Amino acid sequence: MAKYKIVHYINQFFAGIGGEEKADWEPEVREGAVGPGLGLSAALGSDYEIAATVICGDNYFGENLDKATDTLIAMIGKYKPDVFIAGPAFNAGRYGVACGTICKAVEERLGIPVLTGMYEENPGADMFRKDLIIVRTPNSSAGMRKVLPVLASLIRKMAEKQEILGPDEEGYLERGIRINYFTEERGSERAIQMLVKKLKGEPFKTDLIMPKFDRVDPAAPIKDIRKARIAVVTSGGIIPTGNPDHIESSNATKWGKYDLTGMDRMSPDDFTSIHGGYDRQFAIANPNVVVPLDALRELEKAGEFGELANYFYTTTGTGTATASAAKFGTEIGKQLIDDHVDGVILVST
Amino acid sequence: MVKGIEKYGIPVVHVATVVPISLTIGANRIVPGVGIPYPMANPTMGEADSYKIRVSMVKKALKALTTPVDGQTVFED
Repeated sequence: MAKYKIVHYINQFFAGIGGEEKADWEPEVREGAVGPGLGLSAALGSDYEIAATVICGDNYFGENLDKATDTLIAMIGKYKPDVFIAGPAFNAGRYGVACGTICKAVEERLGIPVLTGMYEENPGADMFRKDLIIVRTPNSSAGMRKVLPVLASLIRKMAEKQEILGPDEEGYLERGIRINYFTEERGSERAIQMLVKKLKGEPFKTDLIMPKFDRVDPAAPIKDIRKARIAVVTSGGIIPTGNPDHIESSNATKWGKYDLTGMDRMSPDDFTSIHGGYDRQFAIANPNVVVPLDALRELEKAGEFGELANYFYTTTGTGTATASAAKFGTEIGKQLIDDHVDGVILVST
Repeated sequence: MVKGIEKYGIPVVHVATVVPISLTIGANRIVPGVGIPYPMANPTMGEADSYKIRVSMVKKALKALTTPVDGQTVFED
C-alpha cells in the first residue's frame, strides 16, 4: 500500500487522445497513471501512487480558463492527494499556461504542494515562476527521461515535508525568492573575488541577479483614424500557397512580407497556414479567420480608416525563441516605419 | 514582436485568444480573440455570422488603436 497519493495533470496529447484536432477535449479524470505518469510512477517507487490523472485539451483550457480550472479542481479534490503535479509542458505554450494555472489554483484552493516543469522560454514559465516551483526542462519531450528523476525527487521532498533547497541545487526555475544564510566569506571578500574573476574574464556568480525590465511604453494612439494607414502582422503562420520563403512550421527563424494589393479577401487558393501549433483546418479553408482582409477591405471602403498597407507580415509563433520574435519585431517595425504605417493589428493564434 | 514594433512608436493592438500570454509578453493594447485556431471568426457559426464577428473585431481593434492607454489594457466587449 502506497504511503503517498499523487494526482497528475496532462494534456490531450500526452494522454494519447490526439493532437491539435483534439485540443478542445473537455476535462476528464482517469484512475491511475497515464502517459508520462507511468515513467514518473516508476521513478517515485512503491511508496507513491499516482491515484488519478486529470486530462484537458490545450485549447479547451486556454479558451475556458475559469471553467476548466473549476471542473479540474473538483476532480482533483476528491482524491485528497499529498502532492499535485502538472506536465511537464516543455516548450508547449498553451500547455505550460494550463499547467501553471491549474497548479496555482490547486495550491490556493486545496492547500496542497504542487509542482510542474517547463522550458525556460515557455510563456507559462514567466507567468508562474514567482508562484510555483517549475522544474527546468529541455525544450521538447525528448528530454522527458532527464526530467522525471528531478520531478520525482521534488515530489518526495514535498510529500515528506523535507526542506527544498535553492533552484540550482534542485533544478527548478528561479522564483526571485531570497533566503538568508551564513557564508564562509563576508560580502566584501566575495565582491573582490567576483571583480577579480570578471577582470580575468572568468565565469562568476552574482549574489543578486538584477531583474530584466522588458517592457515598452504604450505608443500614442492614432489621432485621425480616417487618414491612418493600417498594417496587419501575424504569428499565425499564414503564407502564400507553396511557402516561397520556406518559413518553418515551428521554431521559426524568419518572417515573410507578402503583397495584398488588389485583393478583396484572403483566398484559400492563394494563401494557406503552415503553423504547427494549432488545428489549421479553419485557417486553410478561410485564411481570413487569421488575417482579416475581407473585413478590413469593407471597413476601408466605408471610410472607417484611411487605407490598408499593401503588405502583410507573417511568421509562425509556435516554439519560436523569444530572441527570434524580438528580432522579427525590430525588423518588421523598421519596414513599417519606412512604409509610413500608423497602426498595426497583430493577430496571434 | 509586439514590443519590437511598438518601440518605434507605432501603436500595436494584439488580437490574442489567451489573454494572459499577451499580458505576460507585454502587449499594451489587447483585444481578446475568438478561438485559438480562429482568432478573427467563429467558423462554427456559419460563414455569414462568422464574417459579422470579424468585422466587429476589426472595428474593436481600430478603436483600441485610437484609444490612449497608460499601461496594459484589455479591450473587452
